[in-house]
Amino acid sequence: MIEKTLKGKPAYWIWLGILASLIAIGWACYFRQYSFGLGLTGMSRDVSWGLYISQFTFLVGVAAGGLMLVLPYYIHDYKAFGRITILGEFLAISALVMCLMFIMADLGQPLRGLNVLFYPTPHSMLFWDMCVLWGYLLLNLLCGWVILTAERKQVPPPKWIYPFIYISLPFAVSIHTVTAMLYCGLPGRHFWLSAIVAPRFLASAFAAGPSLILIACMVMKKFANFDAGKEAIQKLTTIIMYAVIINTFFFLLEFFVGYYSEVPGHMHSLEYLFFGLEHHGEVYNNLVPFMWAATLLNFGGLGILAYMKIAKVFDYRLVGTAAVMIFLALWSDKGLGFVFAGFVPNPLEQVTEYYPTMNEIGITIGVWATGFLLLTLLYKIALGVEEEVEH
Amino acid sequence: MMDNKRRKFLKMAGATVLAGISAPAIVKLSSNPAVAAGDGGHEAPAAAHAATDTHDEEQSSGVRLGMVIDMRKFYQNQGMLDEAIAACIKAHNVPQIPDPKSEIKWIWKAGFGNVFPEHSQKLRSEKVKDNQFPALCNHCDNPSCVKACPTKATFVVEKNGIVAMDFHRCIGCRFCMAACPYGARSFNWQDPRPFIKEYNVNFPTRGRGVVEKCNFCGERLALGLEPACVEVCKGTGAMVFGDLNDPHSEIRKVLDQEFTIQRKPAAGTKPSVFYIV
Amino acid sequence: MYNKGLIVSGLVIFVLLVTFPIWFNGLDAGPLPKPELPPNGTKECVAPAAEMRDRHMQLLNEWRDDVIRNSSREKIVVAGVEYGKGLQLACMQCHSNKEKFCDSCHDYAAVQPTCWECHITPDEAAKKEAQ
Repeated sequence: MIEKTLKGKPAYWIWLGILASLIAIGWACYFRQYSFGLGLTGMSRDVSWGLYISQFTFLVGVAAGGLMLVLPYYIHDYKAFGRITILGEFLAISALVMCLMFIMADLGQPLRGLNVLFYPTPHSMLFWDMCVLWGYLLLNLLCGWVILTAERKQVPPPKWIYPFIYISLPFAVSIHTVTAMLYCGLPGRHFWLSAIVAPRFLASAFAAGPSLILIACMVMKKFANFDAGKEAIQKLTTIIMYAVIINTFFFLLEFFVGYYSEVPGHMHSLEYLFFGLEHHGEVYNNLVPFMWAATLLNFGGLGILAYMKIAKVFDYRLVGTAAVMIFLALWSDKGLGFVFAGFVPNPLEQVTEYYPTMNEIGITIGVWATGFLLLTLLYKIALGVEEEVEH
Repeated sequence: MMDNKRRKFLKMAGATVLAGISAPAIVKLSSNPAVAAGDGGHEAPAAAHAATDTHDEEQSSGVRLGMVIDMRKFYQNQGMLDEAIAACIKAHNVPQIPDPKSEIKWIWKAGFGNVFPEHSQKLRSEKVKDNQFPALCNHCDNPSCVKACPTKATFVVEKNGIVAMDFHRCIGCRFCMAACPYGARSFNWQDPRPFIKEYNVNFPTRGRGVVEKCNFCGERLALGLEPACVEVCKGTGAMVFGDLNDPHSEIRKVLDQEFTIQRKPAAGTKPSVFYIV
Repeated sequence: MYNKGLIVSGLVIFVLLVTFPIWFNGLDAGPLPKPELPPNGTKECVAPAAEMRDRHMQLLNEWRDDVIRNSSREKIVVAGVEYGKGLQLACMQCHSNKEKFCDSCHDYAAVQPTCWECHITPDEAAKKEAQ
């Protein structure tokens, strides 16, 4: 099936070329970081995790979001998702590969990475995260490939694959739950120390993942003659809409807890994110624009989706716009704000702000490009197989 | 399992009855479980402990090294604190990096509000406002960094309760830094060697990409020496070091007599460093 | 066999590539390294030379785990002299000539141990002193 990736229109090759050059830039930046150390990033003693871990956190969500396609199709036998379920599985694969690359990029001693296996430590949530991430990656590789092969041969998937499909459903939930537990089990970080982190992560994941799939569907509709079907798209927008509403609700609960209880630790990070934190006469607010932009995009996207439902209109441009808005909103929230704000203020109530460096951004873009390259190739295969079957 | 529970219950009941009989000792017994049990073996203190503090039963047996920092001695002599810090830097090849973002700190100075952010800051005495306090790893009895570490590169030394680092094993994930409620951990964002002024040839430096922190001078203790900072303050009582689980140790005598506070006790990490403010 | 020529020539090229280091050096492994003995004249090591040659790396790992993990730092006595367990505390007390002792074999065997990223050689210390 891999041969499907070798034939394509000029636009396909130009896209791959762009991604390949971004990947090359990423590697060049990583080489610099590898030889100097993580000091080439904007991270510091106080903000000890930066873009790498925040992207990792966000992308675990994108991977888990595939569940919203797989679950209706396999559990509820929702036939309209027949054409796009494989897209969910392949998205999970690409997102997980990005996650693992971000973890590697973040390690101070990447060559010792296997120590996590040599000295397995069950009381560390990072150990469990590694287990579930690899487990989910392998499950998706297996299920995706077997199902696609069956489709190509125009036979039903073999019976033995179904247990793996069913196992992959709770696995999707587990990857994001365990990733939330990396944060919400730390005694000194008030912003993260909240039982609603895992549910919030899942809610935003179930919006972010399907949003990205919607965007991919729009792109493929334009460039690859792929039509996911109106029904499937509409159902996806409904799923995204509810997930966004739930996520917003959870976020507002955090606000209530912080600002009604007025426990300083519970307010500091929220204040830093949305209003700027005043400290010794200086105001620290570098995330404020992102968070308000996220708020506007979040409600704007939600508004568009709600309008389409209420006015009973369907327009691909509106769907695409809403999906992009929601994806960006969730990215700002979880892919930036959540991780960085957890470190502000630091345990000694001093404030250090985090600004990523160009080198760090280069590596980050390189990893994203790798993920998109993989996603493009996988979707190319999936579409190629569908085309072949139709003819 | 059941038997064990019943045994503990009986011991607790026994301790309570005992407390009832010897009325004058009640206060001391209930506030000081290790004393209550005397030094009659290892299990007894654990059982008595359960009566007052259900959180830790296991960890409190054996040696648990800790420190009392008597700020009253430092108020009069802030220079001594600088000397103590300098001694640590020299003993452990701690690099002095000017950029605060990349700093490596084992023991350092900070204001009261920074070291004790959860204590009220308003209307503090002049002494407290004008003086700097030492901050260092608390060598917690229930360390969240050890829980977080995915490779056991940071771990509790069984023999003495020190929270130690194995720099050979650390992968540099910095999970421990996120987990530590005291900001006690530093990461080597770059090669530290150019920033070390003079080498102690009996101790290694660190390479880039690993996390480091105060080790309570494990290497000096092995030679029968006190921690470097404690040694500087010798004779003043500004830093008292010893076994928190030994009722006859000097540190316990200080703790019995003085009112002390710990940093962020609400975090549940059970710090082994106490302050007299 | 189909494509006989292609397969055979491919195999030949593969074998040549894999054996490149051997024939490129003229089937000669080069002169054996002669590590310099301890400058302070010590003759006796913590184990016989042959054993040290074979497993000094394991011994160092054992010492590391003893000291760091098990807090067992009991001294090692060799010919009446006490040494602490450790690269700096024991080995380099006599083998103070890392460049002429350790490196000579490591370079020959093309291994790059990371020990000295953290452990200080007397040479390094002297350089720092000079600064």
